[in-house]
Amino acid sequence: MIADIFFYIFSVVLLLSAAIVVSARNPVHSVLFLILAFFNAAALFLIAGAEFLAFVLLIVYVGAVAVLFMFVVMMLDVNFAELRSGFQRYLPVGATVGAILLAELLGLEAGWQIAPEASTLRLSPAPSGVQNTVALGQLIYTDYIFLFQAAGIILLVAMIGAIVLTLRDRKTMRYQDIRVQNTRRPADTLALVRMGLGSGVKPESYYRPHIPEPAGFVEEPHGHGPAGPGGH
Amino acid sequence: MSGFLATPVGQLALVVGEALALLVPLLIIVAFLTYAERKILAAIQLRKGPNVVGPFGLMQPFADALKMMMKETIIPSGANPLLFLFAPMLTFVLAMMAWAVIPVNEGWAIANINVGILYLFAISSLGVYGVMIAGWASNSEYAFLGALRSAAQMVSYEVSLGFVIVTVLLCAGSLNLSDIVLAQRNIWFAIPLFPMFVVFIISMLAETNRSPFDLPEGESEIVAGFFVEYSSLAFGLFFLGEYANMVLMSGMATILFLGGWMGPFGLWPALGPIWFLLKVCFFLFIFVWVRGTLPRYRYDQLMRLGWKVFLPLSLAWLVITAGVLVGAGWLPKLPAPV
Repeated sequence: MIADIFFYIFSVVLLLSAAIVVSARNPVHSVLFLILAFFNAAALFLIAGAEFLAFVLLIVYVGAVAVLFMFVVMMLDVNFAELRSGFQRYLPVGATVGAILLAELLGLEAGWQIAPEASTLRLSPAPSGVQNTVALGQLIYTDYIFLFQAAGIILLVAMIGAIVLTLRDRKTMRYQDIRVQNTRRPADTLALVRMGLGSGVKPESYYRPHIPEPAGFVEEPHGHGPAGPGGH
Repeated sequence: MSGFLATPVGQLALVVGEALALLVPLLIIVAFLTYAERKILAAIQLRKGPNVVGPFGLMQPFADALKMMMKETIIPSGANPLLFLFAPMLTFVLAMMAWAVIPVNEGWAIANINVGILYLFAISSLGVYGVMIAGWASNSEYAFLGALRSAAQMVSYEVSLGFVIVTVLLCAGSLNLSDIVLAQRNIWFAIPLFPMFVVFIISMLAETNRSPFDLPEGESEIVAGFFVEYSSLAFGLFFLGEYANMVLMSGMATILFLGGWMGPFGLWPALGPIWFLLKVCFFLFIFVWVRGTLPRYRYDQLMRLGWKVFLPLSLAWLVITAGVLVGAGWLPKLPAPV
């Protein structure tokens, strides 16, 4: 009874927030409603008794994926007027594609054959006497280990592909060598100079050590003029 | 009495009572944590610290709270008022919510759920939204920079934190927090998993935005980061949330690595909550000690530490742990499917 009521509450909020995700004008609001939708989906999982899936949904989608969405969307400078200007022009094309897809879906639905044994299988989600976390683990890591690992490798290839596509080695880029930084000692960069009153430091190498420039890097002429000893 | 407790109203009253019995001491701990932090920092820096309000300055946190409540709540004109006020509430509520599953003694958790550790991990990873929403809704450059830093920081630390938790789960064989503590009956996990223990402590500092990883605040670079526009109670909620998160992460470290409510060598099992509190205080002292000792990390150093040091280290230790457990036949027994 109570579970039924909450099921409908969560479902309604889920659908409403999903509708707002695509209709909101502000992209940050869209992401926030997407997070709300994830939350309600997790709550539906909880009602169905799949607590592991519910929390993994929260951790992966809300805790990581949506954070990155938000990170990108917050930094975007979206020009909405420009975004809407093409709306009239692309409307016929978009409407045609949508209509074809809808017609195909309707045709599929009309000719859909449901396997007679599928409905009985669907009604026994977890083996009895075992927590659903354990049941899921046994299913994924023993029965479907090959598919699971293959999915992982596909994701890895996609990740490496994305990195290769975006990583350009710019010749002017200055990299930091952490090993060099960590092995620096005060003696390499600091010198204690004993000097008389009012005389200042004479050798320039004390305050301007020579750092080799990376190849191909053209240094801009500096704005500040020649600084004499003790001129800073 | 037991008849009343069986009714729905009685159940509700019981849960509310339990929540109050946990949250009131927690808030008092948070209040005195701010006092302890100032006193310890003062001792590190050879000062006296707060010593005016009350005996030894013990009433200082309450004076501060009163001062904070008396101030005016200012909402910047360019801000999004709804989200601006929502962010501190979210931070505070999440910091309180997570305590529902923490067992401070055997069977003393409010909700002893099967996937307690996942619940904790999910709630603590949601904490970043308070920071991000605050930074975005403030409509201020400094706050925005703080929010971006926080997002990048969280994402880089949560992966290795997840591997640390998986390593502990391999040894415990359960996602239930009470079972994890009971699995440490013979030896605390901090000893066989010592590298993971260190990774967890450092990630814990990054997760709570504490020094030396307090880049989202970074008061010397971006003023106060994400809460630069906040005042009064809205600021107070961020403040309370941050300190409650410190206590929470300390409690999590206690449960995962230091045997929760169990004393060393099984000493005085009746003192469960006291042992728990002592271990939490140990971690809280580490928080303050680190703050008084280390300078703030540079941003690229922080990202490098997360992705290039902790991630390979925790992944390698996970594989080694799994190999040793399987090779020696020490895997915890799981119920077989029926």
